[in-house]
Amino acid sequence: MENVVDIKRLTKRFGDFTALNQVDFSVKKGEVFGFIGPNGAGKSTTIRILLGILKATEGQATIFGKDVWSDSMEIHKRIAYVPGDVNLWPNLTGGEVIDLFAKLRGERQTKQREDLLQRYKLDPTKKCRTYSKGNRQKVALVSALLSEADLYIFDEPTSGLDPLMEQTFQEDVRNLREEGKSVLLSSHILSEVEKLCDRVGIIRDGTIIEQGSLEELRHLTRHHVLLETTSNLDGLDDVEGVHDVSRDGNTYRFQVNAEQMDQVIKFASQYSIQKFESAPPTLEDLFMRHYEGTDEVVE
Amino acid sequence: MNELFKRSFQLFKLMIRRDRIRASIWIFALTFFTLIIPSSFQSLYPDQQDRDAMAVTMENPAMVAMVGKGDLDNYTIGAMSAHQMVLITALFVGIMSILLFVRHTRSDEEEGRVELIRALPVGRLATIHAATMYVILVNVVLAVLLAIGFILQPIESLGIEGSLLYGATLGGAGICFVAIAALFTQLSDSSRGATGWSIGLLLFFYVLRAIGDIGNETLSLFSPLGWTMQTMIFTENHWWPIFLMLAFSFVVLLLAYRLNAKRDLEAGLFPSKPGKAHASKSLLSPFGLAFRLQRTAFISWAVGMLLLGVSYGSVLGDLDSFFQGNEMVEKILVQEEGYSIAEQFISIIMTIMAMIATIPAVISINKLNSEEKKSRLELLYAKSVSRKTMLVSYLSVAVINAIVTVVLAGTGLWAAGSTVMDDPVSFGSIVGASAAYIPAMFVMIGLSALLIGLKPNVLSLTWVYLVYSFIVVYMGNLFQLDEWFSNVTPFGHVSQLPVDDFEAIPFLVLIGLAVILVVAGLKFYSKRDIQG
Ligand SMILES: Nc1ncnc2c1ncn2[C@@H]1O[C@H](COP(=O)(O)OP(=O)(O)OP(=O)(O)O)[C@@H](O)[C@H]1O
Ligand SMILES: [Mg+2]
Repeated sequence: MENVVDIKRLTKRFGDFTALNQVDFSVKKGEVFGFIGPNGAGKSTTIRILLGILKATEGQATIFGKDVWSDSMEIHKRIAYVPGDVNLWPNLTGGEVIDLFAKLRGERQTKQREDLLQRYKLDPTKKCRTYSKGNRQKVALVSALLSEADLYIFDEPTSGLDPLMEQTFQEDVRNLREEGKSVLLSSHILSEVEKLCDRVGIIRDGTIIEQGSLEELRHLTRHHVLLETTSNLDGLDDVEGVHDVSRDGNTYRFQVNAEQMDQVIKFASQYSIQKFESAPPTLEDLFMRHYEGTDEVVE
Repeated sequence: MNELFKRSFQLFKLMIRRDRIRASIWIFALTFFTLIIPSSFQSLYPDQQDRDAMAVTMENPAMVAMVGKGDLDNYTIGAMSAHQMVLITALFVGIMSILLFVRHTRSDEEEGRVELIRALPVGRLATIHAATMYVILVNVVLAVLLAIGFILQPIESLGIEGSLLYGATLGGAGICFVAIAALFTQLSDSSRGATGWSIGLLLFFYVLRAIGDIGNETLSLFSPLGWTMQTMIFTENHWWPIFLMLAFSFVVLLLAYRLNAKRDLEAGLFPSKPGKAHASKSLLSPFGLAFRLQRTAFISWAVGMLLLGVSYGSVLGDLDSFFQGNEMVEKILVQEEGYSIAEQFISIIMTIMAMIATIPAVISINKLNSEEKKSRLELLYAKSVSRKTMLVSYLSVAVINAIVTVVLAGTGLWAAGSTVMDDPVSFGSIVGASAAYIPAMFVMIGLSALLIGLKPNVLSLTWVYLVYSFIVVYMGNLFQLDEWFSNVTPFGHVSQLPVDDFEAIPFLVLIGLAVILVVAGLKFYSKRDIQG
């Protein structure tokens, strides 16, 4: 599948501070790519390089196969962007801003505008000065969703939205994917990323530390297992790949490396099992593991 | 190449749309105050004799330092209007250009609006280009209105060529400062920085020209504000300074565009260094915070005022040579007043310096309001900080600022003066002259405090009042304005040492007035809603 966004060995320094160090990842056509990482990891910096408003120190970044700095005009005709912190001109109305952005994008006004304003419950006649944070963000969202872009870049787009609006947004992202559009979504709301994204990249301290589909990533971390038996499970601790065993009567809870699940099942089958539950790690587990910077899974 | 400028036109229209009222007020005010001048001179100095007498007093070096050199042998109504008004108006046109330009570039960038625009298929240079074109347009409109306004006046000495040149001179000066603002917008990474550096350079050019006009004339040729006086409007009508201004602007703009195309959004080229991990003790109080937020500005202004004092002081020695061969002037000035020319010069310059020194003090107290508008105060008021403490903290910073800057200006004047003069004026006498202005400065600070408490949306009235005071004192020297004009500004009540005697009553009354304003301000401020 063709890559819409392609980043190779991207490095960005601010003075002697290295914000991005040899970042590599790609967003494929038609997929929703989740971009997660702790505060200050470099997500916004990466996105701003993609937008051609910061200049990469080293490395290469392309969108639609074009260089993000030198061909930014061509690229911007086909992308839409929503930042997490939207500031608008205090004395223009939301409606005016939406029209202005459409004009700057060189697009004609569509009748969708009314539908979207309704969906997001946005009053376009109010001055931006009087909008709440969430409402300012909605102006940018509506404007982005109205555009006929091929790639949507969202940097924490729901940080100010209420749960209802968040759901509306998630529906819209799914619709975009169905239409074959690509999405780069940076977010701290991991459940959102889990629900929406086909693939995820995790960045920490300016370095991509994990990249792949959720399935692939899960493989790298431990499953939570609950096992209930009629007798004691002697030697469970010694089985390879088993960690953090805790016991409550004959109910055992522990974690298993994904690759060693087989051994655990073989071991357990020697006993009479009453209950066996295995939960794949959530994105949060994955994230926490990396966030903490250790291999231990945090309870 | 064109790609870089794509859709500038739409942004240009947006800027006009956002500023239609603001820009109209600037243009109207500048046009109005320029165009009423010739007819007022006409009624004040109806005969050529009167004007020639005026011309003689304009040889006073304090006047030359303030308004620049003119064609005093040919002092018609036109020549007189141009000589006395062009430079001062150019200052205001420069400030207008800087404020408008920074507002649409660095401020928008700081607020993250440019980021939204730049994510659209809009050229990298579109914002700076649109802002440049927009502020140039404002200057061109101003120039055209001025030219038409002069042509239409039924005064003989206002010729067509001079009228056009008058407009062109002010428009050209404005465009120079568009270019300067464009450059500093690339260098500094904040709108405050960009505005501060640009206005600082503007004042530097003004002083450079003053020094040049009194002493070494070539210095004036290095100042765009000096160029405005080289045009000799309504007498010799030189056009070359206009071309010089345009060439200068073009080169500086080109540089600014290049830097803009290369730099990161929201970054500047002046380095910003990392700060401390822990707050020092001095930061940990409302006063400490208020001071810390303004420390850089405070220090820059203090240094600037010291230098301003030094610059004026350095010409004190030239005053005598300036008068050699002009016995008549010497007679008028020296014998009538009974004070040396240097002392008269000091008392006039001190007024100007005190008013300039009021600017940082007013900025400093108004900062409380801008913090509120940026919703930073609610975080503090949510803690156990009272409004009174807060306002008093900002007031204290402003008061210290006022005292320090004006006394430093006086000190600079004395230090430089005493090295170049044969018969130096004493330190006490010069610094006393500057300290005499402190109560008047307090009144301006008090007015801001009152407005912050009572009606913060009209806080800019303090600036209007300061500009009024400046114009009245400035004009008071040129026109024979009615007393009441200067009676309604605190600066009109200050004893002009060392030429006047010190009068205690106005001094104390001004202090009392300042206290009343502050007390009222505190009262209203404790009661009103805080916006954020
Ligand atoms: N202009 C700049 N100068 C210096 N350092 C910067 C600059 N911009 C960003 N940084 C630093 O680069 C790092 C990455 O910042 P970035 O904004 O990309 O983080 P982020 O992943 O988006 O964080 P968050 O989740 O909080 O939004 C941070 O350490 C930040 O302090
Ligand atoms: Mg971010």
